[in-house]
Order: sequence, then C-alpha cells, then structure tokens
Amino acid sequence: METRTHDFLEFVQAGGQVETGDWMPDEYRARLIKFIEMHGNSELMGVLPERDWILRAPTLQRKLALTAKIQDEVGHCQLIYRVVEDLGKPREACLDDLISGKSKFHNVFHYPTRSWGDVGVIAWLVDAAAIISQKALLKCSYAPYARVMKKVCWEESFHILHGRDTVLAMVTGTPEQFELVQEALLRWWEPLMHFHGTPIPAEEDPMFVWRIKSQANEDARQQFLDGYVPQILELGLELPDPKLRKNEDGIWEYTEPDWDKLMAVVTGHGPASQERLAFRRLSRAEVDWVSRAMLSEAA
Amino acid sequence: MGLTGNAVGGRLIFEVFRQERKGQAFMHGGSFHAPNREFADAYAREFYARRGESVALWVVPREAIVEIDEFPDEFDLKYRRVDGYSIKARLKEARELAAENATRSRDAFSAKEA
Repeated sequence: METRTHDFLEFVQAGGQVETGDWMPDEYRARLIKFIEMHGNSELMGVLPERDWILRAPTLQRKLALTAKIQDEVGHCQLIYRVVEDLGKPREACLDDLISGKSKFHNVFHYPTRSWGDVGVIAWLVDAAAIISQKALLKCSYAPYARVMKKVCWEESFHILHGRDTVLAMVTGTPEQFELVQEALLRWWEPLMHFHGTPIPAEEDPMFVWRIKSQANEDARQQFLDGYVPQILELGLELPDPKLRKNEDGIWEYTEPDWDKLMAVVTGHGPASQERLAFRRLSRAEVDWVSRAMLSEAA
Repeated sequence: MGLTGNAVGGRLIFEVFRQERKGQAFMHGGSFHAPNREFADAYAREFYARRGESVALWVVPREAIVEIDEFPDEFDLKYRRVDGYSIKARLKEARELAAENATRSRDAFSAKEA
C-alpha cells in the first residue's frame, strides 16, 4: 500500500474526518460515491410506496403527515445527492444510473404495499431500522456526509412517531384494523431482517475499514431487535420467526435470513423493483419540462 | 480549495447557514441547487426552516465563499496567544522577592523602634 494511503487509513481509523477538498485515495472516493449514491437513491425510491397512499389516507391529518414525510425524504435525497456531486458525480448522472438499473437502492423499497397497515409498519419499523444505520453515519469519516446526517436523523425521528401512532391507532381499533397491521408485519419481517445486510465481521467490511460506517451490520440488527421486538410484542402482535429470542448473553437469536434472496432483490429482482423503476422513468420524463422551464426562466 | 463546482447544468449551488436561536452563531446547514436567487430563497425556507428549526438563514452563492485553510506561523507569532506566555517561573520569583522585601522592611522598622 502506498504510504500516503496507509497514512490516510490510519488517520480515519483513529477517528479523523475528511473534507471535500482534502486528498483521499481513489478507492475511498469510489466507495463513498457508491454508498452515498445508493443512500440518495433509496430516499428517492422510498417515497414511491408511500406516495400510493396519499390519496387513500384515512383522515386529513394522516394525509398531511404522510405528505410531510414524503417531502422530508425527497429533501434527504436532494441533500445526499449534493454530497455525491461534490465528490465528483453529478446528480443527473445519479438519476440516469438509477433508472437504467446500473446503481442500486435499498431492499425495502423493492416491495409492494397492500394496505394502510403497510404505511404504519414502514414509517415505524423501516424508518427505525434506517435511523439506526443513519445514526452510525454521524461519525462517518467523510465529514460533509456526517453533517448532512444530523438533519436526516432529526427528521426521521418524526417519521417513527408518525408510524408508531398510525400502528397504535389501528391496533386499538377494530379487529379488521388490527389484522391489517398484523398481516403487514408478517410480510415486512423478512425485508426488515435483511435490512442491515449480511453479518460480515466489521474488520472484513471495507465500509467499516474506511470508517464510512462506524458499526458492523450485525450490531445494527441487534440494536434494532433489542429496541423494537419488545415494542412490537407488547401490542399483542406476532412475529413470523419461531426461533426469535434473546439469549442469556443478551444476544438476539433468529432464523438465518435468505441472503441470496436479498442479493436478488437489490439487483432488481424484487417483487416491485421493475414497476418502481418504470414509474421513476415515467415521472422523470413527465417533469423534465418543469426543470427546463425553470432554467430558461432563470437564464 | 474545499469548495469545487459552482454551477451544475445551469443551476447555481447555494450554501445555507442557519441560526437555531436568536443570539447564537450561524452554522453551516448544507447546500442545494437553484436556478436563481428567487428560487434559492424559497428552497432555503423549505429545506431549513419548515419546522421552525431556524430563526434566520444566510443563503450564499457558493462562488461568493472564499475558503482559507492554511495558516503558516513562520515568524512564531505565539506572543499573540495565551499559550505564548509562561508566567509560572516569573510569578514565583516575583512572590519570593515581594516576601523578602516585606521581611527586610519589617526588620528595619523594628530596629528603628528599638
């Protein structure tokens, strides 16, 4: 390894943070772009399952809250793509690669939504899983990304509350409403267990080695289980994993998720992957005139 | 230079500094694209103040910002800083001297009285 790269690695491993204009190894820059771009893609694709429910929200208050959440997520995409842009990849190129299927987005956004129960489960538990990953990015070795994450985490905390409130309203409602949450939870459990990725040891994970991420995948999953399984069970809801339990060492045991399935889903073979990408292509084409009109107006 | 790329595809990049409470310092919040100042104003309000998280914003075109990040100290200017002064030894000497002088004048005074 080149001395300069070695020194850089030591610097970030000791907790050092890097700014946009600082020298950085090519591999580090490439990994940052890929990771942060996928995060931005996920924020953008993540609004599609929720968008479907704006018109079907049960009350005006829920409609407004859902719309506000979607505005937040699109704003996160905007902020995160700006970080990628300063690293050298323009936003237009990110959007091109997203809709052509060249770049990825998070597994949970490749699944369809079937009822209002899904909206509650997504906002509560998918966002809870996401905030665990994002809080770990507050210590990212790339400082501009870490700074953006402060705003993102702050806004995500509203989403979790909105989701939990939605779920609480349904589990205290009619038996049919309870059943909608229960049914959605059973479907979402596998994607949630996939969420933090394979249990690769931190030292073997290049994202940890470069201190882009500050925790191992399994640590994030354990934190999720520890925080949320008790909150789920106390509502009388059931989880579909008979092996799920906390052992005497405080470690959660669970049925090993199908990791090949995760790989298939994130490479565009999930149940809603192609439909979502087609919709993103369509909306990009449809709103193209807006950005062109704004730019010519401004010129 | 930390700030590269001032415009992308006809859009300008604006940097936002936000003040959380009256009297506090403005802190960098992030950046966004906008085609002009009018849009920048609207976007800044949406991105950084829609939940009342800021009491004021500074919205600055990135090209207007000058970053300076090297501060060589070739002339050893530490006399301008608090760490440029080590008064411990001198203070000790001064206290000892003062004590000695006090003893001497008291002795002289008692000698006169007697």
